[in-house]
Amino acid sequence: MTHNLILRVVSKSLIPLIILFALYVQFHGDFGPGGGFQAGVIMSAGIILYALVFGLDAAEQVIQPPLLRILASIGVVIYAGVGIVSLFFGGNYLNYSVLADNQVAGQHLGILLVELGVGITVFSVMLIIYFSFAGRSRP
Amino acid sequence: MIDVIINVTLLAFLAITAVAIIRMSNLFAIIMLFSMFSFLSAGVFIVMDAIDVAFTEAAVGTGVSTVLMLATLALTKDQKEKQPVAHRPWLPLTVVIVTGSALVYGTLDIPPFGDPDAPAQTHVAPEYLERSIPETGVQNVVTSVLASYRGFDTLGEVTVVFTAGIAVMLLIGGRRRKEELEQPQGDPDDA
Repeated sequence: MTHNLILRVVSKSLIPLIILFALYVQFHGDFGPGGGFQAGVIMSAGIILYALVFGLDAAEQVIQPPLLRILASIGVVIYAGVGIVSLFFGGNYLNYSVLADNQVAGQHLGILLVELGVGITVFSVMLIIYFSFAGRSRP
Repeated sequence: MIDVIINVTLLAFLAITAVAIIRMSNLFAIIMLFSMFSFLSAGVFIVMDAIDVAFTEAAVGTGVSTVLMLATLALTKDQKEKQPVAHRPWLPLTVVIVTGSALVYGTLDIPPFGDPDAPAQTHVAPEYLERSIPETGVQNVVTSVLASYRGFDTLGEVTVVFTAGIAVMLLIGGRRRKEELEQPQGDPDDA
């Protein structure tokens, strides 16, 4: 597929929009539909499209597999870490109300951080799975 | 009224796609039909106002899993066609019909879709709807339930996704060793 001009041009203009939409779904999830899981999948779909059209090696230049492994763990650590931080502030595990001055602000901050962790983990795990499958057929 | 027409059309297309998947023997076409099936179910979810689920179905079912199945197909080139069935279909068919009619019989007891008196609508849902905005300030109740009220569940789900990634890496991750590439049939004496 690497020599198909139409696919290259169309996907080049689509991929930034896909990534922008993923960021919108990630950070606007409190107000509109979506959240970390959907955002992570959409973002990884953008990178997978890049890998399909421009080749696996080019995509691995964009995001290197070792970085993906670290990112996948960081997402879980962010989620579990928010819970531990709320323990230090005197609340229950994953009770975000104690994170800020008042309850609403604390909940908002907690939900934002937790969704960020979900998004990072889902994004990197989807890419890890795709790279593992596609890398098997590499000569 | 328009909801009913869209629902009937989408469900009819779902049934047609399912029958086509069963009858086809070309695996590439089957994967494409699976993708279509997912997309149609995403449409059904949208009609049922479950936008968050429709989002996930469209992105995972239609997009990523189709690509993964195509990648798997590319790895197993020698088995492009489905093998012809050797056994008689009567026993599986009986099991499927009995299970299906039991499930349809079960749906007779389910309250109609969107019924305000349904148990799902009267248990914890009203409390979430009333308390979500004053307590969390998050307008999308799905997000506040998912990330705050049921935070433990979501932590577990993220761990499951993470574990799946680790499992795939352990099973098929990394590059193949050189000997394995040179001799795919792998005679241990030569390695």
